[in-house]
Amino acid sequence: MSALTRPFRRRLRRGTPDSDAGHNVVAPVQPEPAPFEIAPEDPLLAYFQSVTGAVDIDTLELDGSAALQELKHAGVKLAVPLVSQGELIGVLNLGPRLSEQDYSSDDRKLLDNLAAQAAPALRVGQLVREQEAEAATRQRFEHELEVARLIQHHFLPRHLPDLAGWEVAAYYRPAREVGGDFYDVIPLSDGRVAFVVGDVTDKGVPAALVMSATRSVLRATVQRLIEPGEVLRHVNDHLCPDMPEKMFVTCLYALLDPRTGVFRFANAGHDLPYVKTDSGVSELRARGMPLGLMANMTYEENETVLAAGDCVLLHSDGIVEAHSPQRDMFGFPRLKETVGDAPGGQALIDRVLAEVEAFTGPDAEQEDDITMVALQRSAGVILDEFDIPSEVGNERGAIDRVEQAVRGLNLSAKRLENLKTAVAEATMNAMEHGNEYRRDRPVTIRVLYAPDALRVRVTDRGEAATLPGTETPDIERKLAGEQRPRGWGLFLIENLVDEARVTSSPGAHTLELVIQLGDTDGGT
Amino acid sequence: MAVRDIDVAVVRRPDEASILMISGDIDADAEAALESAWHEAAAGARHVILDFTGTSYINSTGIALIVQLLANARARGIALTARGLSEHYRTIFEITRLADFMTIADV
Repeated sequence: MSALTRPFRRRLRRGTPDSDAGHNVVAPVQPEPAPFEIAPEDPLLAYFQSVTGAVDIDTLELDGSAALQELKHAGVKLAVPLVSQGELIGVLNLGPRLSEQDYSSDDRKLLDNLAAQAAPALRVGQLVREQEAEAATRQRFEHELEVARLIQHHFLPRHLPDLAGWEVAAYYRPAREVGGDFYDVIPLSDGRVAFVVGDVTDKGVPAALVMSATRSVLRATVQRLIEPGEVLRHVNDHLCPDMPEKMFVTCLYALLDPRTGVFRFANAGHDLPYVKTDSGVSELRARGMPLGLMANMTYEENETVLAAGDCVLLHSDGIVEAHSPQRDMFGFPRLKETVGDAPGGQALIDRVLAEVEAFTGPDAEQEDDITMVALQRSAGVILDEFDIPSEVGNERGAIDRVEQAVRGLNLSAKRLENLKTAVAEATMNAMEHGNEYRRDRPVTIRVLYAPDALRVRVTDRGEAATLPGTETPDIERKLAGEQRPRGWGLFLIENLVDEARVTSSPGAHTLELVIQLGDTDGGT
Repeated sequence: MAVRDIDVAVVRRPDEASILMISGDIDADAEAALESAWHEAAAGARHVILDFTGTSYINSTGIALIVQLLANARARGIALTARGLSEHYRTIFEITRLADFMTIADV
């Protein structure tokens, strides 16, 4: 009944706005009038709406009308309903005339005229005030949303870590002021770096609230538990009791060792990240349920090693679920193709955004939050790249070429000798075990320089899925005749370079030898 | 790095020690020369000195050959000394633990 009571209240309350506000007493002739309200179900309301002109209160009888009793009790003699466009918007209540005479028919006409003119004016005033109030409310909401947007923005990492030999780039754009997507990049005390991308079901404010809770639990958990599967398990158990019904969070959590390129990850139902290597683009798979659905879940943990030039894209479904004007979806194949075509890092993010925009059309409203984190291991500069035929003794040629290639790096004599022996052994392994000394299968050697490391990649053309594992050589067993005298190659390599790792793809194995280039040139 | 074919000379000393003067690379190609020189040097000797002064390249196949010499020496009760190793190959003798079963001398 606010439309009815508001103007009424104002009129009666002249001078003392808050007196007796709760008492609903009409006292038009008293010095301190109070507001008067008619309950919506009171028969007086229907009566006022149906009559035209002034109503004699003294003679009016309505069964069950508390308001009428109040008016009588308050000494109201005449009530003039104010009706605008069929709607009762107020009532003029008059006490006895000061002359103590009854109201004349002229008085009533005057009052009727007054009511007829006052009602529309009052209505206009009401509408203006309602709009002002609505505008103020809207403004307050907008302000609050803006503050929420700023708070959420602060949840995102302000600076991405500067990792030597790596490029890290990130992108976040909610579909509304606030969103349910999030990402985080958290440097850990052991030198590793955690990467997180998450997506809360729904969008807008509800999603944003769940997002901030998830992010906080994650942040608190990461430093303590570290390993991806454990972190997700713990976060899930924490979120489950408080998660609103029908909401959940998908989340990809990965841990990078920037020194070795080892990338361990676990996945709580999130879109699979893409990894681009020499052998193409593939998905990084690990099984796990979204967070917040069921407690006591376990999360599979997998790992891959990112070699120089490899890149990874973590992303949220706002990309693949973007629609064209014809309502086609952007889809995974298109994203995968873009990852394959584009360089990594910021350039990859820019390319994906351009592709999505070209697909949806430039003026399309963004349907869902879009988040990306792109990570690339610097390919560095190719110092030399050459093939050598698989013939006994040809490792010597490989040593000479590599020595020439790294001449400008000023490696210490010790490190250079170690590298040369490692290159010789890697080449011999490739010629013998991978290529079986076949003339049609040369060994390819690439020498790559990046500020963090020198890498020599020795690639054979072996058909076996993996290279045969070698037993760790043990001199005592060899002297006792329990192990053959040979089998030193890989063992020497592992002891002479900072890192050695094998990656296999169909028809090729690559042994990458890494010499870290840091502040000191000591080391191995 | 120029490839140098192996040449192994045997020097007998009056104190029942023999010296294997190895010149050139110790790799798969060295097997025959090294083996025949070893048998010549080891005959009647109680101590054999492997002199690597003339060697600038030993690969894992070469290491395996030296392991075979060492095994033979131990079977025959002959003490082995390696001398003239560059710093790099001294490290490799340590990594492979060859150094635990022979004396490593400077010259």
